[in-house]
Amino acid sequence: MQVDISRLKAGEVNLGTSIMAVQFKDGVIVGADSRTTTGSYIANRVTDKLTHIHDRIYCCRSGSAADTQAIADMVHYNLQMYTQTSGGPPTVHTAASIFNQFCYENKDALSAGIIVGGWDKEVGPSVYNIPLGGGLFRQPWAIGGSGSTYVYGYCDATYKDGMSKEETVEFVKNTLALAMSRDGSSGGVIRMCVITEEGVERVFIPGNELPKFWEGDEVLTGLGKKRGVVPAAEPMAVEA
Amino acid sequence: MTSIGTGYDLSASTYSPDGRIFQVEYANKAVENSGTAIGLRVKDGVVLAVEKLVHSKLLVPEANRRIQTVERHVGVATTGLLADGRNLANRVRDEASNYRSLYRSPPPIKELVSRLSMYVQVYTLHSSVRPFGCSTILGGIDEKGPGLFVIEPSGVSYGYHGAAVGKGRQLAKTELEKLKLSEISTREAVFEAARMQVIVLLDDPVVNLHLFSIHLVHDDAKEKDFELELSWIGDETNGLHLPVPKDLFEEADRKAKEALENFE
Amino acid sequence: MDHFPTSWGRPRNDAIDAFNTYPLHQRPHHAPKQDVFADGVQHTQQPIVTGTSILAFHYKDGIMMAADTLASYGSLARFKSIQRLHAVGSRTIIGASGDMSDFQYIQTQLDQVSIDEFTASDGHELGPAEVHEYLSRTMFLAYVDLLGTTYSATTIATGFGAHIAIPLLRSAVEGKENDLTEEQAREIMTTALRVLFYRDARSLDKYQIATVTDAGVNISEPLKLETSWSFAEGIRGYGSQTQ
Repeated sequence: MQVDISRLKAGEVNLGTSIMAVQFKDGVIVGADSRTTTGSYIANRVTDKLTHIHDRIYCCRSGSAADTQAIADMVHYNLQMYTQTSGGPPTVHTAASIFNQFCYENKDALSAGIIVGGWDKEVGPSVYNIPLGGGLFRQPWAIGGSGSTYVYGYCDATYKDGMSKEETVEFVKNTLALAMSRDGSSGGVIRMCVITEEGVERVFIPGNELPKFWEGDEVLTGLGKKRGVVPAAEPMAVEA
Repeated sequence: MTSIGTGYDLSASTYSPDGRIFQVEYANKAVENSGTAIGLRVKDGVVLAVEKLVHSKLLVPEANRRIQTVERHVGVATTGLLADGRNLANRVRDEASNYRSLYRSPPPIKELVSRLSMYVQVYTLHSSVRPFGCSTILGGIDEKGPGLFVIEPSGVSYGYHGAAVGKGRQLAKTELEKLKLSEISTREAVFEAARMQVIVLLDDPVVNLHLFSIHLVHDDAKEKDFELELSWIGDETNGLHLPVPKDLFEEADRKAKEALENFE
Repeated sequence: MDHFPTSWGRPRNDAIDAFNTYPLHQRPHHAPKQDVFADGVQHTQQPIVTGTSILAFHYKDGIMMAADTLASYGSLARFKSIQRLHAVGSRTIIGASGDMSDFQYIQTQLDQVSIDEFTASDGHELGPAEVHEYLSRTMFLAYVDLLGTTYSATTIATGFGAHIAIPLLRSAVEGKENDLTEEQAREIMTTALRVLFYRDARSLDKYQIATVTDAGVNISEPLKLETSWSFAEGIRGYGSQTQ
């Protein structure tokens, strides 16, 4: 029997998203917005897109919520098995490789863009990006999701090697706030996880306390005309 | 072997009344009668050495190797049935490849050992198969450093600083204990391994008299009766499991025989 | 008889599985074959993260190959320091344009093949001809072609380079393969890369050059292209404008 994949996927819950992960001196910070949409309806405004994969490994999910949750669950399972059989925690690279394998081998059926970040005792902090087709790229910082396209320039201009935890939190917070403000598919709150050797610390920025950037200081009423000089447009008025 | 012939030794799936599996014990016999294999885990690597009987002068030198490479950084030396050893080596290769394809990194030594042990153990459970007639010394280098293990026909495995299996294992173990294994280099271990194999060979009562002439009189015609295999993995090989290069091999072999000559 | 409902033919409302068995019980062997190629392995039909041209040619001491370090995501220059050259054994180098996830997959496959070759311990190693043959049989690369076409020549370029760099390389290299020094070869290569950087909108001025010679494979650190723009300062308008 023929079943059209695209029909089954219609109306699918999507993580039109802003996610990122940044490596710093002592660890990695992963961050995400909290908006989940079906079309233009916000299905969940307080989603947690930061998913626990192992004690010191988190992933940020973008793309199909269903696909990425299924993959994250499978990788989680695999790493539990790995930990029990090998007697120690996996490296971030190991986790990212398994994500990579699922994403690559099922690329035709999945829409999943995943960033993996964490700390291990072999290499310390590391961030891996697994974009749509299922490649695997290590980066000092990675951004993803629909919102990320608006903030590449900001990240290129702002990121520095060897930042402190505080600087990195600020960097992630500002980047996500900027992405959320320009991307209709991103929004809500900012969630972050600071992953270091010591543990994982959650940071939460409510939607009404996001950092503010330029929003336009006044509403212009006509081309090049300032308010006050020309009377504000009256509702229903017919312009001459 | 008190219960031989009582019918409990016909199948690996049958225990004897005192709780033994004779087929596994017989497999050990196959190992005990075979040429000695030794492994040394030292400061920066592992050395494997096997002395094997060349049962025909018609055989091509260096053929039928008992030391095999199973991964870039892992080698195995088997003793007992040669063909069983090949099967086990192939299994480790498959396991290594399987590990790589899932985790995209070189397999840790003890992971390979655990997987090979499971494979060997399964052959002690069924009546339709016989246990493997070989003990395997598996050595290599991984992220945690050098590793050396022995997998016995029962499927049990142990980690060692120095390992010896086969006919001359007792003497070899005595010699291994005299060394400060964690302090010497892989290059030094090559010489020790060659020396030990000569000692072990000379100690064998069956070949003793016959051999004495080979090593001490340097009778070229007879020298081909035994063949030494040496492989190493260490800093000098860039972490690869490789046969010991010819010049080093010959130097080690010569020194081993000289040392013994002086000793006698 | 096959008792599986989905095998009985199409139900009345057949838009979506009326027996509610999809996808839980969908068994692929029940589905009718789509076409004669259904059993064939199809790799990526739509590249997503992509690399642009690879250039390579013969010179006196061996082979020189070059690629920039960019992996694009559509028109977005997404990954700016990705290595697109990869050594296979000690005598072969492969470079890839097109989908980078497939290139990474090929790298892991070739790695396993060379391990298999290594563990045979027979002193034999895969050379470029074998690697080329392997790739042409398993997939599509070598000289890149999604249809599986292969060829070998003294100058090769993929992607945009096949259009822009090949004429340059041919005129500079052909007939002089055995005379060009490494220095001359590098000069030719950087010239071609520079032209590509000027004209390929998916390229970067950061690149690597690899050589395969008697001494083995060498892949350089990322290098920066020297480019010239100052001539443009005096250009005004698009026709008769002078200021």
